[in-house]
Amino acid sequence: MAAAWFKRTQKGIQTPTEEKKDVPKGLWYKSPTGKIVDAEQLESNFYVSPEDGYHVRIGSNEYFQILFDDNKYKELDKGLSAKDPLSFKDTKKYTDRLKTAQDKTGLKDAVRTAVGKSKGKELVIACMDFKFIGGSMGSVVGEKIARAADYAIQNNLPFMIISKSGGARMQEAALSLMQLAKTSVKLAQLAEAKLPYISLCTDPTTGGTTASFAMLGDINISEPGALIGFAGPRVVKDTTGKDLPKDFQTSEFLKEHGFLDFITKRSELKNKVNLYLDLIQNQPVRA
Amino acid sequence: MEYLDFELPIKELEEQYDRACNIGEESEVDVTATCKQIEKKLKEKKKEIYKNLTAWQRVQLSRHPNRPYTLDYINAICGDTFLELHGDRSVKDDKAMIGGLGKIGDQSFMFVGQQKGFNTKTRQYRNFGMANPEGYRKALRLMKSAEKFNLPVVCFVDTPGAYPGLEAEERGQGEAIARNIMEMTRLSVPIIVVIIGEGASGGALGIGVGNKVLMLENTWYSVISPESCSSILWRSWEYKETAAEALKLTAEDMKKQKLIDEIVKEPLGGAHSDREGTFKAVEKSILKSFEELKNLSKEDLISSRMDKYLDMGVYKD
Repeated sequence: MAAAWFKRTQKGIQTPTEEKKDVPKGLWYKSPTGKIVDAEQLESNFYVSPEDGYHVRIGSNEYFQILFDDNKYKELDKGLSAKDPLSFKDTKKYTDRLKTAQDKTGLKDAVRTAVGKSKGKELVIACMDFKFIGGSMGSVVGEKIARAADYAIQNNLPFMIISKSGGARMQEAALSLMQLAKTSVKLAQLAEAKLPYISLCTDPTTGGTTASFAMLGDINISEPGALIGFAGPRVVKDTTGKDLPKDFQTSEFLKEHGFLDFITKRSELKNKVNLYLDLIQNQPVRA
Repeated sequence: MEYLDFELPIKELEEQYDRACNIGEESEVDVTATCKQIEKKLKEKKKEIYKNLTAWQRVQLSRHPNRPYTLDYINAICGDTFLELHGDRSVKDDKAMIGGLGKIGDQSFMFVGQQKGFNTKTRQYRNFGMANPEGYRKALRLMKSAEKFNLPVVCFVDTPGAYPGLEAEERGQGEAIARNIMEMTRLSVPIIVVIIGEGASGGALGIGVGNKVLMLENTWYSVISPESCSSILWRSWEYKETAAEALKLTAEDMKKQKLIDEIVKEPLGGAHSDREGTFKAVEKSILKSFEELKNLSKEDLISSRMDKYLDMGVYKD
């Protein structure tokens, strides 16, 4: 009978999205391979566990800090926030869900957009935050990305999106779906203006983001070990009844299958992004 | 260093030279005169051999195991500025076809090229420089990206052919090469093609349509390899030398037929005997070609390229 103690009565362990954290708080961080890292050391190492190279999930704050010189940038459309056009209610009202997420994260929604200098040259970055309702894309994410792309076009600047998302936001239903088309329109206009667009797919980049801006970069790049895919691995497994390869939907898998230009360690990210921009824009390579 | 059969007299002299030097080091005997003499002989022998190469010998040289390959050229020419880009955005990242951005001086170029391996393991990894459809599609994607950002394209050709595989056919090897050839005729940026080793048929032309097509001195370019030609037309592999002559596949022959634009001289003893010298020669030729092309308008680049290919063909009217 003792064995029954270990039996899981409920299938799957449920963690509410709001409780999922991007950046480890506290003094210590334990990586998935069991390495214990001092939190400060982790920060100074680009949030990469020094011993096993594990890339810890981080948010817009951290990416802006990594990419913008001296962490200086101007945030765009800071105040944009979600409405509840469908009066959506699942286990919780959408309005409540939004409020909880906002209170908990201090963020307005799942993307922040900013312009600042990276290695001395201006760059527009839209960076998603997974901790805000799983980085889901609704009207606000779509609009902010569209406006950031507009800013890039008007100011003749390169554009970068850092994807980190579970997909489209169900609570805005088809409105969310159409953000795939809306953001794609802007990327088409950006391409018309011959401005470079870099898509950085980070852990995780799934669902609607892969079916739109995440896969449309002049270059698509990623970090080691990131999950990238359209349908989640569990869904694929259940539907096909087949065992999946061990590295299924990792960034390495994506590169092997032709969808990523390269994978870069986070410590090299700023260098690689700017090297690409200098090369593609035929400018002298910045040191 | 590995030696081809006709290079054996060179090998012998080099060994003699080494022996003489060793004697000099180990004993008190003054060998400077002897060494000088052998050196002179060596140079004369090299000249003699390399001035009179047959077509088949050039084919052998084009496949010399120590010959530099695409990435060797790019890394030597671009150094740290080379950023390799991967993938066809559809099926796979083809290891037999590489590409990426790099600088020569202040100018950015988009490079693509077939890549061979340098030992058994890497030869397999690179599929012996035989690209699949996804390789040609990756190359086209990168060339289109270069066009979008108005960057010149450099293609390094070195392939025994496009990969003749089952999956390659399923994914449309023919379509992929055809699409590349057509798109390359109308790409609005300068295209400079350098044949650095083997230029086998459609597999080569799939990244081989250019404003300037250069051939290194000891390379070949034709519709088929001499071996396959021999086996089809003579029904035996024995006639490869004859086939090599008949196909007129050397750089000189190709230039005479006006099917390529320029020949890049290799250092005495071939590209493999002086890699650095070869890299320099290729870099210089690319820059010279680019100088001639960089001020042409998009329309002129396209029309002159199209006209060049429209003029090819010999017939009675």
